[in-house]
Amino acid sequence: MELHVCLQKKFGAFALDVDFTVQGERVGVFGPSGSGKSTLVSLLAGLQHADAGIIRLDGEPLYDSQGAVDVPPEQRRIGIVFQLPYLFPHMSVRANLLYGYKRSAPANRRIDFDSLVEVLQIGHLLSRGVHNLSGGEKQRVAIGRTVLSNPRLLLMDEPLSALDDSLKFQIIDYLKAASEAFRIPYLFISHSLLEMRIMADRVLTVGAGRIEAQTTAEELARSRMGQSPVGYINLLKLGNPRRFDGMSAYAWGGTELLISAANDRPDALFELSSKDIILIRQHPGAISARNLLDCSVADIFRSGNKVGVELACGDDRLVAEVVQEAARELGIEKGSRLFAAIKASAFRRLR
Amino acid sequence: MPAFTSAEYMAILLSLKVSIVATLVSLPFGFGVAYLMTYRQFRGKVALDVAINLPLTLPPVVIGYILLLLLGQKGFIGQHLLEPLGIKLIFTWKAAVIATAVVGFPLMVRSIRLGMESVDNRLIQAARTLGAGRFDTIVTVIIPLSLRGIAAGSALMFARGLGEFGATIVVAGNIPGVTQTIPLAIYEYASSPDGDAMALALCLVSVVISVVVLLLHEYLNRRMAGTD
Repeated sequence: MELHVCLQKKFGAFALDVDFTVQGERVGVFGPSGSGKSTLVSLLAGLQHADAGIIRLDGEPLYDSQGAVDVPPEQRRIGIVFQLPYLFPHMSVRANLLYGYKRSAPANRRIDFDSLVEVLQIGHLLSRGVHNLSGGEKQRVAIGRTVLSNPRLLLMDEPLSALDDSLKFQIIDYLKAASEAFRIPYLFISHSLLEMRIMADRVLTVGAGRIEAQTTAEELARSRMGQSPVGYINLLKLGNPRRFDGMSAYAWGGTELLISAANDRPDALFELSSKDIILIRQHPGAISARNLLDCSVADIFRSGNKVGVELACGDDRLVAEVVQEAARELGIEKGSRLFAAIKASAFRRLR
Repeated sequence: MPAFTSAEYMAILLSLKVSIVATLVSLPFGFGVAYLMTYRQFRGKVALDVAINLPLTLPPVVIGYILLLLLGQKGFIGQHLLEPLGIKLIFTWKAAVIATAVVGFPLMVRSIRLGMESVDNRLIQAARTLGAGRFDTIVTVIIPLSLRGIAAGSALMFARGLGEFGATIVVAGNIPGVTQTIPLAIYEYASSPDGDAMALALCLVSVVISVVVLLLHEYLNRRMAGTD
């Protein structure tokens, strides 16, 4: 997918003025509330009109104020997953799902109803009215309805921000499963860096109505580590633990990680802040932290007044942060050997 | 209770006919205007709003007189549009329909607008991005979700039609069997020396019809609330 956007739009004191070209299948749009993300979504979908500019999707103009092109929303084939499900209250789940499908051109119908229902696990809901669904079920139906309209681009406009944490990661799985299974490129809009890391490769950062940078989710996380109160969040996909001393032991980095937040899922996801990793030059002999990893420094980067240290443990990576003085004292440089101490309770289970 | 003659039966039937036809004829226009006022931005919106609501504040006699001036043989519409087509409206039941429609129109538009304004705009946007054009969205989302407002508007127009007097008597006259509706018949009996019993009997009929309409409206409302 290649999206070229150059748009200007004024609302009273707020002005959106963006100019970017982005390529990729998983693109993030990151920025705080009020930065213009949702306005950008409305303009891309044709739900609002820009004052001037161009929108081109895979070379095809959708909007061009000079050439007087303005494809109406129903013909743009840009689907939106909104923050809330917005299911049609007077229709059944099945009728909601088929609303867009029936209106898509037969030639564009490449998504099969039954396989989508299976991916989203909503088969048992089909004949129900939408009022009897839980929050997570409603959002799954909403995702299905949009995907079934066979869009060539999906706009996910903060689809997770109205959900609580446990539901969030459930829905993330469905969002990823649906977009990957049917290979629909998407723009994932969010103010959450963690969601960006999970959902996006390329990221556009938006601030005060402008595109501030185009980067990757990983670079963005590293650059914000120094100012963030939670540091850099390491995401660890771990599975099939064995029980050990009341904790779970997961194979990782050629050794085992001991984690007290027990989870028997074969595909658990944990987060670990860069602030919760203590770096030591020599083996301390005995230490209360249950994880003492023998690592080498793969990379060093600056972020604010902090130094980020990318540690290589076997084939796996972790990012730790230290203040500059600590980095000097430890003599950290690429390739140097360090021990990383992490408490078993420092890991937070996300899924 | 006195026995109704055919004139009274005609008045009752005519009242029902005028109200029903006025409601049905106004409905598409009422819906269209409510849609424009709710969803579209255009120049002269305030002027249109004032024009629609004018019959609400004007005395019905004034409306009847304006209609008479417009639709009569010397009137602008009467002379240039109706006469060449061979249509005569004044002092026929059709004139009563027009009078009723004009007087009830603001009530109908108000109710439908309230219904439309209760439809979440995001649902309309969702429909559009799912491939529904403007008209398709109106039929599949806006109408079903504002049905309650449409029903309420229709009931109000119908009820207003049953009570219409001032505009009707000016533009349609009070001809028994032709343009005499229940209120006009009551007026005639009430002003004749021994018509009290008949006037009262027709009042009773009015009350019964009104109660039936209100009950029907309530019933439909509940059914619609149940399907939401």
